[in-house]
Amino acid sequence: MATIIAGVGSSHVPAIGAALDNGKTGEPYWKRVFSGFEKSKEWMAKTKPDVAIVVYNDHASAFSVDVIPTFALGCAAEFPPADEGWGPRPVPVIKGHPELAAHIAQSVILDEFDLTIVNKMEVDHGLTVPLNLLFGQPRNAWPCPVIPLAVNVVMYPPPTGHRCYMLGKAIRKAVESYREDLRVVIFGTGGLSHQISGPRAGLINSKWDKAFLDNLSKNPKKLTRIPHVEYMREAGAEGIEMVMWLIMRGALDDNVQEVYRFYTVPASNTAVGHIILENRGRASRKHSAAAKGKQAPRRKTSHRLAA
Amino acid sequence: MVRRRQEYDDIPGTFVFDAERSRQGYGINMFCMSLMKEENRKAFKADEAEYLKKFQLTDEQRDAILKRDYNRMLELGGNIYFAAKLGATDGHSFQHLAAVMTGSSQQDYAAMMLAGGRSVEGNRSRSAKDKQAKGKGKAKSQSKSKSTAKRK
Repeated sequence: MATIIAGVGSSHVPAIGAALDNGKTGEPYWKRVFSGFEKSKEWMAKTKPDVAIVVYNDHASAFSVDVIPTFALGCAAEFPPADEGWGPRPVPVIKGHPELAAHIAQSVILDEFDLTIVNKMEVDHGLTVPLNLLFGQPRNAWPCPVIPLAVNVVMYPPPTGHRCYMLGKAIRKAVESYREDLRVVIFGTGGLSHQISGPRAGLINSKWDKAFLDNLSKNPKKLTRIPHVEYMREAGAEGIEMVMWLIMRGALDDNVQEVYRFYTVPASNTAVGHIILENRGRASRKHSAAAKGKQAPRRKTSHRLAA
Repeated sequence: MVRRRQEYDDIPGTFVFDAERSRQGYGINMFCMSLMKEENRKAFKADEAEYLKKFQLTDEQRDAILKRDYNRMLELGGNIYFAAKLGATDGHSFQHLAAVMTGSSQQDYAAMMLAGGRSVEGNRSRSAKDKQAKGKGKAKSQSKSKSTAKRK
C-alpha cells in the first residue's frame, strides 16, 4: 500500500526561480530567502519519497482563459517546463507517475471530486520553484516522479478551503488504496500573503500568515471555514492561493508533527512561507527514514526571520 | 453592462478577476496570451493598433492596452498574470508593473516591500470600517498615508 508520509507547504514566487536561474542565490537579498530552505533540502534528501504530488496553480502558461479547470490532475508521463516569456526554465523535464495518477483520478472522481484529466501539459514556476527549493537544482533529472495537481486560483472563485481540504482526504484515500508500496510526499504551494494587482499591490500581512501556519499545523479545520473574501482582504487578492495548502493538509493525519517552518518578507512582492509536516501514524513512520531517532520536538529548528 | 456589486468590491485598490470579468475581458487576456510567441510580440510592437484588431476588444479596452493603463485593464476584465505578458513584451519586470499600478516609482515600491510591504491596516475596506475580519482586537489607527491604497 502506498502512504502519504509528509506534507510540504511552500511559496512558489517566480522571482525565486529567476534568482536560481541567473545565479543570484548568493546575493544578500536572496540568501535570506534560500537559507530558509537549506534544512528542508536536507530533510528531503533523507526522506527520499518515491513520488511527490504537487498542488500548484498555473499562471496563464498551460491554461489561458479558453478553458479554466478547477482541479486538473496531470496524468502524463512527463511535463515539460513552460516558456513563460523568457524561454523555459533550465530545469529537468518533470517525469510523472501515470499509473498512480490514473488511480488517483479514478478513486477521487468516484468520491465525487470531478477532476479534469490532463494528459498533455507544460508546467510553470508554480510547480518548478517549490521543486527547486526542496530538491535543489539537479542537472539531468528530478529525484522522483511528480504528479501535478493544478488548481484554479486565478479566476474567482477558486474552490473553497473546505473543498480543498476534503479533496486532500480523498487523495489520501486513493493513495492508500494503491497496490504498490510507495512513500508519497504532498506539496501545497503558493502564497503566503501577497497582492500583485491594482493600487493595493504590495500588501503583506505577516500576522495573518503566521496565524495561518499555526492553524495549518494544529487546527486545520479552522482554516477550512475562512471565506474567500477574508483571504483576499487580509492576505491580498492573490493570497487566495493559500487554499491550495489545505489540499496538502487534508491528505495528512489530524495530528501531525511540525518538523520545520520558515517565513520571510519579501521575495519580490510576496511573503515567503514554508512548512514541513510529518504524518505521525504508525504506517507512515515505519517508512519514514527522516523520522527515525528524531522524535523529540523539532520546532526549535524553525527559522523565524521576519519580525 | 453595469457590474453587479460583490462583497469583495469593498476591498480597496483591488479588481477581483471573477467570472464576470473573465467573460468581459476575454479579448484582453487572449491578446496578452498571444504575446507568449515571439512572432506575435514583433507584430504587436511593429503596429500596436493594427495588431489589436485581431482581438475582440471594446474601445475602452483597446485604449487601456495602448496606454498601458494596467489598472483600467484589470477593471475591464484583464487578469494580472495575463497582463504581465504585455509588461514583459515592453521589457518590464513584474515589480515595475506593480509600482505603476500603485502610482509609485519602482524604487519606492521596492523599498516598501523590503520594509515589510504595504500594511493591511487602513487597507481592508473602502467603506471605512477597517475592522479585522477575525475580530482580534481593534485595528490600529488609520494607516499611514504612504501605505494606503487609493482607488482611482
